[in-house]
Amino acid sequence: MRPAAGPAHHDGEQSLIDDTGIVVAFYILAATTVVCALMVAFVRELIQAVLFLALTFVGVAGIYIVLSADFVAVVQVLIYAGAVAVLMTFAVMLTPAADRRNSETPFWGPALILSGLVLAVIVFVAYDTTWHLDKGRGAFPATAASLGEAFLKPYVVPFEVASVLLMTAMIGAIVLTKEDEGDADA
Amino acid sequence: MPDLLLVSVPLQHVLVLGGILFAIGLFVALSKRNAIGILMGIELMLNAVNVTLLAFSRYVVSPRPLDGQVFAVFVITVAAAEAAVALALAVAVYKHRETVNIDEIDMLRW
Repeated sequence: MRPAAGPAHHDGEQSLIDDTGIVVAFYILAATTVVCALMVAFVRELIQAVLFLALTFVGVAGIYIVLSADFVAVVQVLIYAGAVAVLMTFAVMLTPAADRRNSETPFWGPALILSGLVLAVIVFVAYDTTWHLDKGRGAFPATAASLGEAFLKPYVVPFEVASVLLMTAMIGAIVLTKEDEGDADA
Repeated sequence: MPDLLLVSVPLQHVLVLGGILFAIGLFVALSKRNAIGILMGIELMLNAVNVTLLAFSRYVVSPRPLDGQVFAVFVITVAAAEAAVALALAVAVYKHRETVNIDEIDMLRW
């Protein structure tokens, strides 16, 4: 079976995401993700916030699977729920216990108003726009092979730039956290 | 979308989910006192954008619908690089200033 460059088209009676199990999974995952994200905002200990953030990442990976992006979901679990969560746990542990509170600045009121306004705008645009939906599209077949092809054909330059960026970030992180020789005896 | 079946996930619901996650991330990034907390908010916002990209890739008419997933992988790559550098910065600032409270990191204040 050839990894399709495009999606498989069904006979038209199937319209996007309408399998009952997947619909139920979407709403459960969405509720879990939003609750965990809210806990990141409101829990009082920074380390608990990191753990809820990892749970949010896993929930978002589930949403990706519902949206039939299997490869991106695996990458999300590996990089976000794996690497970024562990990196953040490390960063929290490297700061003193007294700084591990997850408290707000006095500007949390304006921040709340601003994010509420942004949410209102997004909801308005989502419902007010006429989207050109591909009604006959079924779920993508396994996407890893066609994604790999896309990375090495039309997107090969951004792909190489991304690897240069990753190396720069790695060197930068090492340089930033390196002990200065001059500071060692200070 | 009038002609959908009884149970289905309309595109709008996925977009609203992305919007909610983005708003929570924005609130966290703007309101937290701790530099690592701010970084968590930024990661939440990047995840919300990825949900939106994948939703459009899944639902909307396009000659190459998988491009949304390619973009999402690039966003994840850049987010990983950003997280590594930002956390290294937080640790470096803590070593020099003994704090990660952004209210006290004000060397540039006039």
